[in-house]
Amino acid sequence: MIRSEILKEIAPILRDQLVVCNIGIPSQELHAIDDQPTNFYMLGTMGLASSIGLGLALAQPKPVITIDGDGSVLTNLGTLPTIGNNAPPNYILLIIDNGSYGSTGDQPTYAGMKTSLTGMAKAAGCDRVIECQAEETGRVLQEALDAGQATVIVSKCESGNAKMPVITMDPVVIRHRFMQAVKA
Amino acid sequence: MNIDKKIADDLVANDVSFVTTVPCKQLAGVIEEIDQRDDIFHIPSNKEDEGMGLCAGAFMGGKRPAIIMQNTAIGVTINTLATLTQYYRMPLPMIISYRGELREPVACQVEMAVHTKALLAQLNIPTYHFHWQKDVEEFDNILKYTFMCNKPVAILTDANFWGGYGDQ
Repeated sequence: MIRSEILKEIAPILRDQLVVCNIGIPSQELHAIDDQPTNFYMLGTMGLASSIGLGLALAQPKPVITIDGDGSVLTNLGTLPTIGNNAPPNYILLIIDNGSYGSTGDQPTYAGMKTSLTGMAKAAGCDRVIECQAEETGRVLQEALDAGQATVIVSKCESGNAKMPVITMDPVVIRHRFMQAVKA
Repeated sequence: MNIDKKIADDLVANDVSFVTTVPCKQLAGVIEEIDQRDDIFHIPSNKEDEGMGLCAGAFMGGKRPAIIMQNTAIGVTINTLATLTQYYRMPLPMIISYRGELREPVACQVEMAVHTKALLAQLNIPTYHFHWQKDVEEFDNILKYTFMCNKPVAILTDANFWGGYGDQ
């Protein structure tokens, strides 16, 4: 399975939740598969999805699912200790770990080599860290929502991207409709 | 006047309840003050761009955020300021210790100080410079201005403002 197949499979779970989605092709794929006002698409700023999601989860009580990538987490590794020491029960970080920088041409990341993001998240102080295979992502994500505990999921999948259009929505529109959905 | 307390009081009075910090020796007092306030949630960041991400999320969750950091951070947050905070039009008061200005003992700090205002100007970020302790009286107005216009706003606070840096 590649990332877009995971996103298609978990779209029914994501639909009713606040979702912060990583820059580039992941946001394009989610936008094309199931655009929702509850989705916040990052159009720039690689690496900060997990931080934006954490700030959002700390500021209000609804569950927040952050969809991140292995390359983006590696870009902002300092996020893991901050999550490990502060994440509230409504925070879920779903790292779709395809071992590559998907949006830039599938160059390999260290997460696809010797580095384990699962091990790093645990070492950073994250208490509930679950590594799963791509096919199990939906079940693990639903269990995380049901558990009501801060969870980091590392979903191991194959490298590859679906061809989806660029998001042309204005960033202020994305942000405004997302904030309306947060308040609803 | 206790400027640490005045800054924390103004933050609370302007409903700023989510503050992230990356430390600087000059900022130690205000960070400690904020950490002790029950009405402010303080979350230390490991890097300033990470902190701006936290602030963006907190803002979308209905909280008014602020970041406290050193001016060297301008060098690492330009992309975040341009493509997150400004692009999505979010307010962010940035209380910045202006290292490398008058009364600075560490020569290397001057190397970023000489770029700080130019970089902020290039980004069209409204910028205020606190040099005398009385300048803190403007802080309340600056916070109101920031949340009125939904922009990142820089408040540069130099060693003279904080009462010197190891030279007295």
